[in-house]
Amino acid sequence: MDIVQIMMVLYVFILAVFVGFELIAKVPPTLHTPLMSGSNAISGITILGAIIVAGKYSNWSHWTGILGFFAVLFAALNVYGGYLVTDRMLQMFKTKKEKNKEN
Amino acid sequence: MNVMSILSADWLRESIYIICVMLFIFGLKMLSNPRTARKGNLLSASAMIFAIIITIFEKNIQGYQIIMVANIVALTTGYFMAKKVPMTAMPEMVAIFNGFGGIASALVAVSEYYERTGKLDDLQLSSVTIAEQVVQTTGSIPGFHGNIIVFITLFLSILIGMVTFSGSFIAFGKLAEWISGKPVKYFMQHYLNLLMFVATLVIAVLMFLEPANANYFWYIAGIAFVLGITLTIPIGGADMPVVISLLNSYSGIAVAMTGFVLSNNLLIIAGSLVGASGIILTQIMCKAMNRSLVNVIFGGLGGDVAAGDGEAGHVGNFKSMGAEEAGMILDMAETVIIIPGYGMAVSQAQHAVKELAKLLEKRGVDVKFAIHPVAGRMPGHMNVLLAEAGIDYDKLYDMEINRQFSNTDISIVIGANDVVNPAAKTNPSSPIYGMPVLNVEESRQVLVLKRSMKPGFAGIENDLFYKENTTMVFGDAKKTIEAITRSLEEMGAK
Repeated sequence: MDIVQIMMVLYVFILAVFVGFELIAKVPPTLHTPLMSGSNAISGITILGAIIVAGKYSNWSHWTGILGFFAVLFAALNVYGGYLVTDRMLQMFKTKKEKNKEN
Repeated sequence: MNVMSILSADWLRESIYIICVMLFIFGLKMLSNPRTARKGNLLSASAMIFAIIITIFEKNIQGYQIIMVANIVALTTGYFMAKKVPMTAMPEMVAIFNGFGGIASALVAVSEYYERTGKLDDLQLSSVTIAEQVVQTTGSIPGFHGNIIVFITLFLSILIGMVTFSGSFIAFGKLAEWISGKPVKYFMQHYLNLLMFVATLVIAVLMFLEPANANYFWYIAGIAFVLGITLTIPIGGADMPVVISLLNSYSGIAVAMTGFVLSNNLLIIAGSLVGASGIILTQIMCKAMNRSLVNVIFGGLGGDVAAGDGEAGHVGNFKSMGAEEAGMILDMAETVIIIPGYGMAVSQAQHAVKELAKLLEKRGVDVKFAIHPVAGRMPGHMNVLLAEAGIDYDKLYDMEINRQFSNTDISIVIGANDVVNPAAKTNPSSPIYGMPVLNVEESRQVLVLKRSMKPGFAGIENDLFYKENTTMVFGDAKKTIEAITRSLEEMGAK
Protein backbone atom coordinates (compact mmCIF):
# COMPACT_ATOMS: atom_id res chain seq x y z
CA MET A 1 0.00 0.00 0.00
CA ASP A 2 1.45 3.33 -0.98
CA ILE A 3 0.24 6.67 0.33
CA VAL A 4 -2.42 7.04 -2.39
CA GLN A 5 -3.96 3.70 -1.47
CA ILE A 6 -3.85 4.55 2.21
CA MET A 7 -5.67 7.82 1.56
CA MET A 8 -8.23 6.00 -0.57
CA VAL A 9 -9.19 3.59 2.20
CA LEU A 10 -9.34 6.47 4.67
CA TYR A 11 -11.70 8.31 2.34
CA VAL A 12 -13.85 5.19 2.07
CA PHE A 13 -13.88 4.85 5.86
CA ILE A 14 -14.82 8.46 6.56
CA LEU A 15 -17.52 8.61 3.88
CA ALA A 16 -19.01 5.36 5.14
CA VAL A 17 -19.20 6.73 8.68
CA PHE A 18 -21.07 9.79 7.38
CA VAL A 19 -23.47 7.65 5.35
CA GLY A 20 -24.07 5.56 8.47
CA PHE A 21 -24.91 8.63 10.56
CA GLU A 22 -27.30 9.93 7.91
CA LEU A 23 -29.07 6.58 7.49
CA ILE A 24 -29.54 5.74 11.14
CA ALA A 25 -30.48 9.18 12.45
CA LYS A 26 -33.91 8.82 10.85
CA VAL A 27 -34.85 5.44 12.33
CA PRO A 28 -37.90 5.79 14.63
CA PRO A 29 -37.61 4.53 18.25
CA THR A 30 -40.07 1.72 17.51
CA LEU A 31 -37.48 0.09 15.26
CA HIS A 32 -34.44 0.57 17.48
CA THR A 33 -34.20 -3.06 18.56
CA PRO A 34 -34.48 -4.53 15.03
CA LEU A 35 -32.05 -1.87 13.83
CA MET A 36 -29.58 -2.93 16.44
CA SER A 37 -29.87 -6.64 15.76
CA GLY A 38 -29.91 -6.04 11.99
CA SER A 39 -26.80 -3.88 12.07
CA ASN A 40 -25.26 -6.40 14.42
CA ALA A 41 -25.80 -9.06 11.74
CA ILE A 42 -24.02 -6.79 9.24
CA SER A 43 -21.01 -6.68 11.54
CA GLY A 44 -20.78 -10.42 10.89
CA ILE A 45 -19.26 -9.38 7.54
CA THR A 46 -15.97 -10.16 9.22
CA ILE A 47 -16.85 -13.68 8.01
CA LEU A 48 -15.18 -12.75 4.71
CA GLY A 49 -11.85 -12.48 6.49
CA ALA A 50 -12.62 -15.62 8.48
CA ILE A 51 -13.37 -17.61 5.31
CA ILE A 52 -10.00 -16.70 3.85
CA VAL A 53 -8.24 -17.71 7.07
CA ALA A 54 -10.09 -21.04 7.20
CA GLY A 55 -9.68 -21.76 3.51
CA LYS A 56 -6.04 -20.85 3.11
CA TYR A 57 -4.80 -23.53 5.45
CA SER A 58 -7.63 -25.96 5.16
CA ASN A 59 -6.02 -28.37 7.55
CA TRP A 60 -7.80 -29.71 10.63
CA SER A 61 -4.63 -31.02 12.17
CA HIS A 62 -2.98 -27.63 12.48
CA TRP A 63 -3.93 -24.84 14.84
CA THR A 64 -4.58 -22.38 12.01
CA GLY A 65 -7.28 -24.72 10.71
CA ILE A 66 -8.90 -24.76 14.13
CA LEU A 67 -8.48 -20.99 14.38
CA GLY A 68 -10.14 -20.56 10.99
CA PHE A 69 -12.93 -22.92 11.98
CA PHE A 70 -13.82 -20.91 15.06
CA ALA A 71 -13.46 -17.60 13.24
CA VAL A 72 -15.96 -18.74 10.58
CA LEU A 73 -18.21 -20.38 13.17
CA PHE A 74 -18.57 -17.27 15.35
CA ALA A 75 -18.88 -14.85 12.45
CA ALA A 76 -21.46 -17.11 10.76
CA LEU A 77 -23.47 -17.41 13.98
CA ASN A 78 -23.49 -13.62 14.13
CA VAL A 79 -24.67 -13.46 10.50
CA TYR A 80 -27.30 -16.20 10.35
CA GLY A 81 -28.66 -15.82 13.87
CA GLY A 82 -28.67 -12.04 13.56
CA TYR A 83 -30.59 -11.88 10.30
CA LEU A 84 -33.07 -14.59 11.27
CA VAL A 85 -33.92 -13.04 14.61
CA THR A 86 -34.26 -9.59 13.03
CA ASP A 87 -36.62 -11.00 10.44
CA ARG A 88 -38.65 -12.68 13.17
CA MET A 89 -38.98 -9.37 14.99
CA LEU A 90 -39.83 -7.29 11.95
CA GLN A 91 -42.56 -9.72 11.00
CA MET A 92 -44.41 -8.60 14.11
CA PHE A 93 -44.48 -4.87 13.37
CA LYS A 94 -47.88 -4.20 11.86
CA THR A 95 -50.71 -1.68 11.97
CA LYS A 96 -54.34 -2.68 12.05
CA LYS A 97 -54.72 -1.90 8.36
CA GLU A 98 -51.86 -4.16 7.41
CA LYS A 99 -53.28 -6.96 9.52
CA ASN A 100 -56.67 -6.62 7.86
CA LYS A 101 -55.08 -6.71 4.43
CA GLU A 102 -53.52 -10.05 5.24
CA ASN A 103 -56.70 -11.66 6.46
CA MET B 1 -10.86 -19.04 -19.43
CA ASN B 2 -12.84 -21.55 -17.46
CA VAL B 3 -15.62 -20.79 -15.03
CA MET B 4 -13.43 -21.16 -11.96
CA SER B 5 -10.92 -18.60 -13.14
CA ILE B 6 -13.70 -16.09 -13.77
CA LEU B 7 -15.29 -16.72 -10.39
CA SER B 8 -11.99 -16.24 -8.64
CA ALA B 9 -11.11 -13.09 -10.59
CA ASP B 10 -10.44 -10.02 -8.46
CA TRP B 11 -12.49 -7.74 -10.70
CA LEU B 12 -15.59 -9.90 -10.34
CA ARG B 13 -15.27 -10.16 -6.58
CA GLU B 14 -14.66 -6.44 -6.16
CA SER B 15 -17.64 -5.65 -8.43
CA ILE B 16 -19.91 -7.87 -6.39
CA TYR B 17 -18.60 -6.22 -3.22
CA ILE B 18 -19.69 -2.85 -4.64
CA ILE B 19 -23.18 -4.21 -5.26
CA CYS B 20 -23.20 -5.57 -1.70
CA VAL B 21 -22.29 -2.13 -0.33
CA MET B 22 -25.26 -0.64 -2.17
CA LEU B 23 -27.57 -3.37 -0.88
CA PHE B 24 -26.39 -2.81 2.70
CA ILE B 25 -27.05 0.92 2.41
CA PHE B 26 -30.49 0.46 0.84
CA GLY B 27 -31.28 -2.21 3.40
CA LEU B 28 -30.43 0.09 6.30
CA LYS B 29 -32.40 2.91 4.72
CA MET B 30 -35.47 0.68 4.42
CA LEU B 31 -35.07 -0.27 8.09
CA SER B 32 -36.18 3.25 9.01
CA ASN B 33 -39.83 2.56 8.14
CA PRO B 34 -41.85 -0.25 9.72
CA ARG B 35 -43.50 -0.97 6.39
CA THR B 36 -40.30 -1.53 4.45
CA ALA B 37 -38.11 -2.72 7.31
CA ARG B 38 -38.52 -6.44 6.68
CA LYS B 39 -37.59 -6.10 3.02
CA GLY B 40 -34.64 -3.97 4.02
CA ASN B 41 -33.37 -6.69 6.29
CA LEU B 42 -33.76 -9.28 3.52
CA LEU B 43 -31.84 -7.01 1.15
CA SER B 44 -29.04 -6.72 3.66
CA ALA B 45 -29.08 -10.50 4.24
CA SER B 46 -28.88 -11.22 0.52
CA ALA B 47 -25.90 -8.86 0.22
CA MET B 48 -24.23 -10.89 2.93
CA ILE B 49 -24.91 -14.17 1.13
CA PHE B 50 -23.56 -12.82 -2.19
CA ALA B 51 -20.43 -11.58 -0.44
CA ILE B 52 -19.88 -14.94 1.28
CA ILE B 53 -20.36 -16.97 -1.91
CA ILE B 54 -18.02 -14.90 -4.06
CA THR B 55 -15.38 -14.89 -1.30
CA ILE B 56 -15.38 -18.69 -1.21
CA PHE B 57 -13.98 -18.64 -4.76
CA GLU B 58 -11.02 -16.51 -3.70
CA LYS B 59 -7.90 -18.00 -5.27
CA ASN B 60 -5.96 -18.36 -2.03
CA ILE B 61 -8.56 -20.76 -0.69
CA GLN B 62 -7.26 -24.30 -0.78
CA GLY B 63 -10.05 -26.31 0.77
CA TYR B 64 -13.70 -25.92 1.58
CA GLN B 65 -14.20 -28.51 4.28
CA ILE B 66 -13.57 -26.30 7.30
CA ILE B 67 -15.59 -23.43 5.85
CA MET B 68 -18.55 -25.69 5.09
CA VAL B 69 -18.58 -27.49 8.43
CA ALA B 70 -18.38 -24.21 10.35
CA ASN B 71 -21.15 -22.68 8.25
CA ILE B 72 -23.48 -25.64 8.66
CA VAL B 73 -22.95 -25.76 12.42
CA ALA B 74 -23.54 -22.00 12.64
CA LEU B 75 -26.60 -22.07 10.43
CA THR B 76 -28.36 -24.79 12.43
CA THR B 77 -27.38 -23.33 15.82
CA GLY B 78 -28.21 -19.79 14.71
CA TYR B 79 -31.54 -20.93 13.31
CA PHE B 80 -32.63 -22.54 16.56
CA MET B 81 -31.37 -19.66 18.68
CA ALA B 82 -33.22 -17.14 16.50
CA LYS B 83 -36.47 -19.13 16.47
CA LYS B 84 -36.55 -20.20 20.10
CA VAL B 85 -35.46 -17.10 21.96
CA PRO B 86 -38.38 -15.40 23.75
CA MET B 87 -38.84 -11.78 22.70
CA THR B 88 -38.26 -10.70 26.30
CA ALA B 89 -34.71 -12.09 26.05
CA MET B 90 -33.84 -10.08 22.95
CA PRO B 91 -31.22 -7.91 24.74
CA GLU B 92 -29.37 -11.06 25.84
CA MET B 93 -29.54 -12.42 22.31
CA VAL B 94 -28.11 -9.26 20.77
CA ALA B 95 -25.37 -9.22 23.41
CA ILE B 96 -24.34 -12.81 22.57
CA PHE B 97 -24.27 -12.27 18.82
CA ASN B 98 -22.33 -9.09 19.37
CA GLY B 99 -19.78 -11.03 21.39
CA PHE B 100 -19.47 -13.61 18.59
CA GLY B 101 -18.80 -10.82 16.08
CA GLY B 102 -16.10 -9.40 18.36
CA ILE B 103 -14.28 -12.70 18.83
CA ALA B 104 -14.47 -13.48 15.10
CA SER B 105 -12.73 -10.18 14.29
CA ALA B 106 -10.14 -10.90 16.95
CA LEU B 107 -9.44 -14.39 15.57
CA VAL B 108 -8.95 -13.01 12.06
CA ALA B 109 -6.51 -10.53 13.59
CA VAL B 110 -4.59 -13.38 15.25
CA SER B 111 -4.18 -15.15 11.94
CA GLU B 112 -3.15 -11.94 10.19
CA TYR B 113 -0.55 -11.26 12.84
CA TYR B 114 1.08 -14.65 12.38
CA GLU B 115 0.98 -14.37 8.64
CA ARG B 116 2.39 -10.88 8.48
CA THR B 117 5.27 -11.70 10.77
CA GLY B 118 6.14 -14.67 8.55
CA LYS B 119 5.59 -17.11 11.38
CA LEU B 120 3.51 -19.49 9.39
CA ASP B 121 6.42 -21.14 7.57
CA ASP B 122 6.15 -24.19 9.75
CA LEU B 123 2.85 -25.02 8.08
CA GLN B 124 2.47 -27.50 5.29
CA LEU B 125 0.87 -25.36 2.63
CA SER B 126 -0.54 -27.16 -0.34
CA SER B 127 0.52 -24.88 -3.17
CA VAL B 128 0.92 -21.17 -2.53
CA THR B 129 3.35 -20.56 0.26
CA ILE B 130 2.14 -17.31 1.68
CA ALA B 131 4.90 -17.38 4.25
CA GLU B 132 7.46 -17.21 1.45
CA GLN B 133 5.72 -14.25 -0.11
CA VAL B 134 5.75 -12.53 3.24
CA VAL B 135 9.49 -12.95 3.68
CA GLN B 136 10.15 -11.75 0.14
CA THR B 137 8.00 -8.64 0.25
CA THR B 138 8.57 -7.49 3.79
CA GLY B 139 7.08 -4.01 4.07
CA SER B 140 8.27 -0.83 5.62
CA ILE B 141 8.30 -2.28 9.15
CA PRO B 142 11.20 -4.71 9.62
CA GLY B 143 9.90 -8.19 10.31
CA PHE B 144 6.32 -7.19 9.52
CA HIS B 145 4.66 -7.41 6.15
CA GLY B 146 2.62 -4.25 5.88
CA ASN B 147 2.83 -0.56 6.58
CA ILE B 148 2.12 1.46 9.70
CA ILE B 149 -1.63 1.67 8.96
CA VAL B 150 -1.84 -2.11 8.74
CA PHE B 151 0.09 -2.40 11.97
CA ILE B 152 -2.07 0.10 13.86
CA THR B 153 -5.35 -1.33 12.61
CA LEU B 154 -4.18 -4.84 13.39
CA PHE B 155 -3.52 -3.70 16.95
CA LEU B 156 -6.92 -1.98 17.11
CA SER B 157 -8.82 -4.94 15.72
CA ILE B 158 -7.40 -7.31 18.33
CA LEU B 159 -7.95 -4.71 21.08
CA ILE B 160 -11.50 -3.73 20.16
CA GLY B 161 -12.44 -7.25 19.10
CA MET B 162 -11.46 -8.70 22.49
CA VAL B 163 -13.06 -5.85 24.47
CA THR B 164 -16.28 -6.38 22.49
CA PHE B 165 -16.11 -10.11 23.14
CA SER B 166 -15.65 -10.13 26.90
CA GLY B 167 -17.72 -6.95 27.40
CA SER B 168 -20.67 -8.45 25.52
CA PHE B 169 -20.58 -11.61 27.58
CA ILE B 170 -20.52 -9.63 30.83
CA ALA B 171 -23.46 -7.62 29.50
CA PHE B 172 -25.18 -10.91 28.67
CA GLY B 173 -24.52 -12.20 32.17
CA LYS B 174 -25.99 -9.05 33.70
CA LEU B 175 -29.05 -9.13 31.46
CA ALA B 176 -29.69 -12.81 32.14
CA GLU B 177 -29.05 -12.09 35.82
CA TRP B 178 -26.34 -14.71 36.00
CA ILE B 179 -24.22 -12.01 37.54
CA SER B 180 -25.43 -9.08 39.62
CA GLY B 181 -27.05 -6.26 37.71
CA LYS B 182 -25.81 -3.89 40.38
CA PRO B 183 -22.77 -1.81 39.56
CA VAL B 184 -19.66 -3.64 40.81
CA LYS B 185 -17.20 -1.18 42.25
CA TYR B 186 -13.79 -1.52 43.77
CA PHE B 187 -10.82 0.57 44.78
CA MET B 188 -9.15 2.67 42.05
CA GLN B 189 -11.36 1.04 39.43
CA HIS B 190 -11.12 3.68 36.74
CA TYR B 191 -7.40 4.19 37.23
CA LEU B 192 -6.84 0.47 36.83
CA ASN B 193 -8.83 0.52 33.59
CA LEU B 194 -6.84 3.49 32.35
CA LEU B 195 -3.63 1.75 33.37
CA MET B 196 -4.59 -1.35 31.39
CA PHE B 197 -5.41 0.72 28.34
CA VAL B 198 -2.08 2.54 28.53
CA ALA B 199 -0.36 -0.81 28.99
CA THR B 200 -1.78 -2.07 25.69
CA LEU B 201 -0.42 1.05 23.97
CA VAL B 202 3.03 0.53 25.49
CA ILE B 203 3.05 -3.12 24.50
CA ALA B 204 1.95 -2.14 21.00
CA VAL B 205 5.03 0.08 20.74
CA LEU B 206 7.23 -2.79 21.93
CA MET B 207 5.56 -5.03 19.37
CA PHE B 208 6.27 -2.44 16.70
CA LEU B 209 9.97 -2.58 17.57
CA GLU B 210 9.99 -6.36 17.63
CA PRO B 211 7.05 -7.64 15.58
CA ALA B 212 8.22 -11.24 15.60
CA ASN B 213 7.76 -11.55 19.36
CA ALA B 214 4.33 -13.11 19.57
CA ASN B 215 4.24 -12.70 23.35
CA TYR B 216 3.51 -9.02 22.92
CA PHE B 217 0.58 -9.80 20.69
CA TRP B 218 -0.91 -12.20 23.22
CA TYR B 219 -0.35 -9.77 26.10
CA ILE B 220 -2.45 -7.23 24.20
CA ALA B 221 -5.17 -9.81 23.55
CA GLY B 222 -5.16 -10.85 27.21
CA ILE B 223 -5.29 -7.32 28.63
CA ALA B 224 -8.03 -6.38 26.16
CA PHE B 225 -10.06 -9.37 27.35
CA VAL B 226 -9.75 -8.29 30.99
CA LEU B 227 -10.46 -4.67 30.04
CA GLY B 228 -13.76 -5.69 28.41
CA ILE B 229 -14.81 -7.24 31.72
CA THR B 230 -13.67 -4.41 33.97
CA LEU B 231 -15.23 -1.75 31.72
CA THR B 232 -18.64 -3.43 31.70
CA ILE B 233 -18.92 -4.75 35.23
CA PRO B 234 -19.33 -1.34 36.96
CA ILE B 235 -22.28 -0.39 34.77
CA GLY B 236 -25.70 -0.81 36.37
CA GLY B 237 -28.62 -2.77 34.94
CA ALA B 238 -30.65 0.33 34.18
CA ASP B 239 -27.83 1.68 32.01
CA MET B 240 -27.80 -1.45 29.85
CA PRO B 241 -29.39 0.22 26.79
CA VAL B 242 -26.33 2.45 26.55
CA VAL B 243 -23.87 -0.39 27.01
CA ILE B 244 -25.53 -2.61 24.42
CA SER B 245 -25.53 0.23 21.89
CA LEU B 246 -21.92 1.02 22.65
CA LEU B 247 -20.78 -2.59 22.30
CA ASN B 248 -22.70 -2.78 19.04
CA SER B 249 -20.72 0.19 17.85
CA TYR B 250 -17.44 -1.41 18.98
CA SER B 251 -18.13 -4.58 17.03
CA GLY B 252 -18.62 -2.47 13.89
CA ILE B 253 -15.41 -0.55 14.48
CA ALA B 254 -13.52 -3.82 15.03
CA VAL B 255 -14.79 -5.02 11.64
CA ALA B 256 -13.74 -1.78 9.95
CA MET B 257 -10.25 -2.16 11.45
CA THR B 258 -10.07 -5.74 10.18
CA GLY B 259 -11.07 -4.30 6.80
CA PHE B 260 -8.02 -2.01 6.88
CA VAL B 261 -5.77 -4.94 7.72
CA LEU B 262 -7.15 -7.03 4.86
CA SER B 263 -7.54 -3.96 2.60
CA ASN B 264 -11.10 -5.03 2.03
CA ASN B 265 -13.40 -2.08 1.30
CA LEU B 266 -16.57 -4.06 1.97
CA LEU B 267 -15.44 -4.76 5.53
CA ILE B 268 -14.43 -1.13 6.02
CA ILE B 269 -17.78 0.20 4.79
CA ALA B 270 -20.04 -2.34 6.49
CA GLY B 271 -18.08 -1.97 9.73
CA SER B 272 -18.31 1.83 9.58
CA LEU B 273 -22.06 1.69 9.00
CA VAL B 274 -22.51 -0.51 12.06
CA GLY B 275 -20.11 1.61 14.09
CA ALA B 276 -22.00 4.78 13.17
CA SER B 277 -25.38 3.23 13.95
CA GLY B 278 -24.17 2.08 17.35
CA ILE B 279 -22.80 5.53 18.16
CA ILE B 280 -26.08 7.20 17.18
CA LEU B 281 -28.12 4.83 19.33
CA THR B 282 -25.70 5.37 22.20
CA GLN B 283 -26.17 9.11 21.83
CA ILE B 284 -29.97 8.81 21.75
CA MET B 285 -29.91 6.67 24.89
CA CYS B 286 -27.60 9.07 26.73
CA LYS B 287 -29.74 12.04 25.76
CA ALA B 288 -32.85 10.20 26.98
CA MET B 289 -31.19 9.95 30.38
CA ASN B 290 -29.65 13.42 30.27
CA ARG B 291 -26.25 11.93 30.99
CA SER B 292 -23.00 12.00 29.13
CA LEU B 293 -21.42 8.82 27.87
CA VAL B 294 -18.49 9.37 30.22
CA ASN B 295 -20.94 9.58 33.12
CA VAL B 296 -22.61 6.29 32.14
CA ILE B 297 -19.32 4.44 31.74
CA PHE B 298 -17.64 5.81 34.85
CA GLY B 299 -20.64 6.87 36.92
CA GLY B 300 -22.01 3.50 38.01
CA LEU B 301 -25.42 4.94 38.91
CA GLY B 302 -27.30 3.09 41.61
CA GLY B 303 -26.18 1.11 44.63
CA ASP B 304 -24.30 3.50 46.87
CA VAL B 305 -25.92 6.56 45.32
CA ALA B 306 -29.33 5.31 46.39
CA ALA B 307 -28.11 4.54 49.89
CA GLY B 308 -27.18 8.17 50.39
CA ASP B 309 -30.52 9.26 49.04
CA GLY B 310 -32.57 7.30 51.54
CA GLU B 311 -33.37 10.35 53.65
CA ALA B 312 -35.66 11.68 50.94
CA GLY B 313 -38.23 11.39 53.69
CA HIS B 314 -41.23 9.51 52.44
CA VAL B 315 -41.74 6.23 54.12
CA GLY B 316 -45.40 5.24 54.23
CA ASN B 317 -48.02 7.64 52.90
CA PHE B 318 -48.82 5.64 49.82
CA LYS B 319 -52.13 4.06 48.87
CA SER B 320 -52.59 0.61 47.52
CA MET B 321 -55.51 -1.41 46.26
CA GLY B 322 -56.29 -4.81 44.79
CA ALA B 323 -56.69 -5.68 41.15
CA GLU B 324 -60.48 -5.81 41.41
CA GLU B 325 -60.74 -2.25 42.65
CA ALA B 326 -58.34 -1.19 39.94
CA GLY B 327 -60.72 -2.76 37.44
CA MET B 328 -63.54 -0.67 38.90
CA ILE B 329 -61.54 2.51 38.48
CA LEU B 330 -60.81 1.62 34.87
CA ASP B 331 -64.52 1.04 34.34
CA MET B 332 -65.02 4.77 34.49
CA ALA B 333 -62.09 5.84 32.35
CA GLU B 334 -62.38 7.22 28.85
CA THR B 335 -58.74 7.83 28.08
CA VAL B 336 -55.96 5.52 29.25
CA ILE B 337 -52.21 5.64 28.71
CA ILE B 338 -50.18 2.54 29.47
CA ILE B 339 -46.51 3.00 30.40
CA PRO B 340 -44.57 -0.26 30.19
CA GLY B 341 -41.13 -0.82 31.67
CA TYR B 342 -38.66 -3.61 32.28
CA GLY B 343 -41.05 -5.17 34.82
CA MET B 344 -43.41 -6.00 31.96
CA ALA B 345 -40.64 -7.94 30.24
CA VAL B 346 -39.66 -9.76 33.44
CA SER B 347 -43.15 -11.08 34.08
CA GLN B 348 -43.81 -11.65 30.33
CA ALA B 349 -46.94 -9.56 30.68
CA GLN B 350 -47.12 -8.19 27.12
CA HIS B 351 -49.90 -10.55 26.01
CA ALA B 352 -51.95 -9.83 29.13
CA VAL B 353 -51.46 -6.12 28.45
CA LYS B 354 -52.74 -6.59 24.93
CA GLU B 355 -55.88 -8.35 26.23
CA LEU B 356 -56.54 -5.53 28.66
CA ALA B 357 -56.04 -2.93 25.92
CA LYS B 358 -58.36 -4.85 23.62
CA LEU B 359 -61.09 -5.02 26.24
CA LEU B 360 -60.74 -1.33 27.06
CA GLU B 361 -60.99 -0.42 23.39
CA LYS B 362 -64.04 -2.58 23.02
CA ARG B 363 -65.59 -0.47 25.74
CA GLY B 364 -64.83 2.67 23.76
CA VAL B 365 -61.78 3.72 25.75
CA ASP B 366 -58.97 5.52 23.95
CA VAL B 367 -55.81 3.50 24.75
CA LYS B 368 -52.28 4.69 24.01
CA PHE B 369 -48.85 3.47 24.98
CA ALA B 370 -46.10 5.78 26.20
CA ILE B 371 -42.62 4.35 25.76
CA HIS B 372 -39.59 6.07 27.19
CA PRO B 373 -36.46 5.62 25.03
CA VAL B 374 -34.59 3.84 27.83
CA ALA B 375 -37.49 1.72 29.11
CA GLY B 376 -36.27 -1.87 29.25
CA ARG B 377 -32.78 -3.16 28.70
CA MET B 378 -32.08 -2.12 25.13
CA PRO B 379 -33.23 0.57 22.71
CA GLY B 380 -36.77 -0.23 21.52
CA HIS B 381 -37.13 -3.20 23.89
CA MET B 382 -40.74 -2.36 24.85
CA ASN B 383 -41.78 -1.72 21.25
CA VAL B 384 -40.70 -5.20 20.22
CA LEU B 385 -42.59 -6.85 23.07
CA LEU B 386 -45.79 -4.94 22.32
CA ALA B 387 -45.42 -5.71 18.62
CA GLU B 388 -45.06 -9.38 19.55
CA ALA B 389 -48.32 -9.21 21.47
CA GLY B 390 -49.94 -7.76 18.35
CA ILE B 391 -50.36 -4.13 19.36
CA ASP B 392 -50.33 -1.73 16.41
CA TYR B 393 -47.19 0.31 16.26
CA ASP B 394 -49.18 3.48 15.54
CA LYS B 395 -50.49 3.30 19.13
CA LEU B 396 -46.97 3.51 20.54
CA TYR B 397 -45.73 6.99 21.40
CA ASP B 398 -42.40 8.23 22.69
CA MET B 399 -41.75 11.42 24.69
CA GLU B 400 -44.03 13.42 22.37
CA ILE B 401 -47.00 12.03 24.35
CA ASN B 402 -46.04 14.11 27.39
CA ARG B 403 -48.48 16.90 26.55
CA GLN B 404 -51.40 14.46 26.58
CA PHE B 405 -51.13 13.22 30.15
CA SER B 406 -53.07 16.21 31.52
CA ASN B 407 -56.07 15.16 29.38
CA THR B 408 -55.85 11.55 30.46
CA ASP B 409 -58.09 9.83 32.97
CA ILE B 410 -55.83 7.00 34.00
CA SER B 411 -52.17 6.18 33.48
CA ILE B 412 -51.19 2.58 34.11
CA VAL B 413 -47.49 2.18 34.91
CA ILE B 414 -46.46 -1.44 34.38
CA GLY B 415 -43.07 -2.24 35.84
CA ALA B 416 -41.56 1.11 34.88
CA ASN B 417 -39.82 3.16 37.53
CA ASP B 418 -37.13 5.76 36.89
CA VAL B 419 -38.67 6.88 33.59
CA VAL B 420 -41.80 8.10 35.44
CA ASN B 421 -40.06 9.56 38.48
CA PRO B 422 -41.06 13.22 38.91
CA ALA B 423 -37.99 13.72 41.11
CA ALA B 424 -36.10 14.06 37.85
CA LYS B 425 -37.89 17.39 37.40
CA THR B 426 -38.21 18.63 40.98
CA ASN B 427 -35.40 17.28 43.15
CA PRO B 428 -31.94 18.61 42.23
CA SER B 429 -30.30 16.18 44.65
CA SER B 430 -31.75 13.14 42.88
CA PRO B 431 -29.22 11.16 40.86
CA ILE B 432 -31.57 11.25 37.88
CA TYR B 433 -32.28 14.99 38.14
CA GLY B 434 -32.55 16.48 34.65
CA MET B 435 -33.47 13.24 32.91
CA PRO B 436 -36.50 13.71 30.63
CA VAL B 437 -39.33 11.66 32.15
CA LEU B 438 -42.93 10.85 31.26
CA ASN B 439 -45.31 13.23 33.09
CA VAL B 440 -47.69 10.52 34.28
CA GLU B 441 -48.47 12.37 37.53
CA GLU B 442 -50.38 14.93 35.43
CA SER B 443 -53.10 12.45 34.58
CA ARG B 444 -56.15 12.33 36.80
CA GLN B 445 -55.24 9.04 38.36
CA VAL B 446 -52.15 6.84 38.23
CA LEU B 447 -52.11 3.10 38.79
CA VAL B 448 -48.64 1.72 39.45
CA LEU B 449 -48.30 -2.04 39.00
CA LYS B 450 -45.28 -3.20 40.95
CA ARG B 451 -44.06 -6.14 43.00
CA SER B 452 -43.31 -4.13 46.14
CA MET B 453 -42.21 -0.71 47.31
CA LYS B 454 -38.58 -1.62 46.79
CA PRO B 455 -36.75 0.84 44.53
CA GLY B 456 -36.01 -0.38 41.00
CA PHE B 457 -32.83 -1.53 39.31
CA ALA B 458 -31.22 1.87 39.58
CA GLY B 459 -32.02 1.91 43.30
CA ILE B 460 -33.61 5.35 43.39
CA GLU B 461 -36.68 6.27 45.43
CA ASN B 462 -39.66 7.21 43.28
CA ASP B 463 -41.67 10.28 44.34
CA LEU B 464 -44.51 9.23 42.06
CA PHE B 465 -45.55 6.41 44.39
CA TYR B 466 -46.32 8.92 47.15
CA LYS B 467 -48.40 11.34 45.07
CA GLU B 468 -51.98 11.88 46.04
CA ASN B 469 -53.43 10.65 42.75
CA THR B 470 -51.23 7.55 42.68
CA THR B 471 -52.41 4.12 43.76
CA MET B 472 -50.13 1.10 43.97
CA VAL B 473 -51.33 -2.32 42.84
CA PHE B 474 -48.86 -4.86 44.20
CA GLY B 475 -48.10 -8.23 42.66
CA ASP B 476 -46.72 -9.89 39.58
CA ALA B 477 -47.53 -7.67 36.59
CA LYS B 478 -48.97 -10.43 34.45
CA LYS B 479 -51.25 -11.82 37.16
CA THR B 480 -52.37 -8.36 38.21
CA ILE B 481 -53.27 -7.34 34.67
CA GLU B 482 -55.13 -10.58 34.09
CA ALA B 483 -57.07 -9.99 37.31
CA ILE B 484 -57.89 -6.41 36.29
CA THR B 485 -59.12 -7.63 32.90
CA ARG B 486 -61.29 -10.25 34.57
CA SER B 487 -62.87 -7.78 36.98
CA LEU B 488 -63.51 -5.38 34.11
CA GLU B 489 -65.10 -8.16 32.07
CA GLU B 490 -67.39 -9.11 34.93
CA MET B 491 -68.67 -5.58 35.10
CA GLY B 492 -70.06 -5.99 31.63
CA ALA B 493 -70.50 -3.31 29.02
CA LYS B 494 -70.54 0.35 30.03
